[in-house]
Amino acid sequence: MVNWIWMGMIVFSVIFGAANGKMEKVAEAAFGGAQTGVTVCLGLISILVFWMGLMRIAEDAGLIRMISRIMAPVVRRLFPDVPTDHPAMGYILSNMSANLLGLGNAATPMGIKAMQELQKLNVNPTIATPAMCTLLALNTASITLVPTTMIAIRMNFGSLHPADIVAPTLLATLVSTGVAIIVDRWYRKRNKIPPTSHTIDKTGARPPTSLYKPSAPAGGG
Amino acid sequence: MISLIQIISTWTIPVLIAFIPLYASFRKIPVYESFIDGAKDGFQTAIGIIPHLVGMMTAISMFRASGAMEAFVGLLRPLLEGFGVPGEVLPLALLRPITGAGSLAFVTDLIKEHGPDSFVARIASTIQGSTDTTLYVLTVYFGAVGIRNSRYALKVGLFSDFIGFFAAVAACWLMFGLV
Repeated sequence: MVNWIWMGMIVFSVIFGAANGKMEKVAEAAFGGAQTGVTVCLGLISILVFWMGLMRIAEDAGLIRMISRIMAPVVRRLFPDVPTDHPAMGYILSNMSANLLGLGNAATPMGIKAMQELQKLNVNPTIATPAMCTLLALNTASITLVPTTMIAIRMNFGSLHPADIVAPTLLATLVSTGVAIIVDRWYRKRNKIPPTSHTIDKTGARPPTSLYKPSAPAGGG
Repeated sequence: MISLIQIISTWTIPVLIAFIPLYASFRKIPVYESFIDGAKDGFQTAIGIIPHLVGMMTAISMFRASGAMEAFVGLLRPLLEGFGVPGEVLPLALLRPITGAGSLAFVTDLIKEHGPDSFVARIASTIQGSTDTTLYVLTVYFGAVGIRNSRYALKVGLFSDFIGFFAAVAACWLMFGLV
């Protein structure tokens, strides 16, 4: 679908550009956009390097494992095919907590770490696993307790009650997160094949997650 | 309430930054070496994302510059105004899933134009706060691990953005609209 959207945007841009006589601007925008892409990435370097360094300390100290053990019962139901004591769980939980507090910058590296851990469970490394899709769904709908950035901007412009968007934001994200989980579940059931997780062996049987051993060889692939 | 939020948002990160190495030191972890190891990963990741982001940003800015974005907004406007969505926030619905920075700029512009406590600004702020940059998140997260086939993830993300948009509008009517 990304393929279609991407191509569609470019093709429509050229068609509209031609119709509106804005071809020059479209060409300019292509290179301007490319530059923005690099600029955004360069901006991400500092954040990613710092947070992923800090997260490694947390991982080595056993903090990630600890968080995941405490909150496992809640998230286990959302990620049935990820073994409970797998490091991915810890990163998923940290990512969700950061989103909850509106710490967007901190949530991204944790989400990426979670994806990297989930990728280790992936038999076919170019195809997303159901767990990856669920993580993405939770991130795009992300329950927000404190919309930090928006409160800050409203303060800047002299709002009388900068935080009064907290309640509607929480309400709206509760709805969208609920919907995201339901829709994700629906697709998950519909798209059973192909198996892309360690916990699904070659015969397609799904052993209980407690049987998972970190040293088990990847099936298929 | 506001002071509590301010305290949370200013204290969380510094406390976390101090607590993690401190705790690790108690567990006899060589914290600096550990940090450098992880930081190297972060650098690799940031560099790996560049092609993905360049591709996406190019398409978005072309789309905007050609007038195609405007045309799509014009097409949808009469339909959405029937649902109580102010026309001013419409481009936000299209921008939000594609670009976080772009939509934030758009919301900031609306706040400046209409005042921070106006109904339009509150709706826009709520939308911005309660939805996410689906395409960016998908590009960055899947790009970082080399996933090419994202399966149904984009559909789920965009659908929840769509629901989040209307939920934000409804929540604002509920909280501020009847005053």
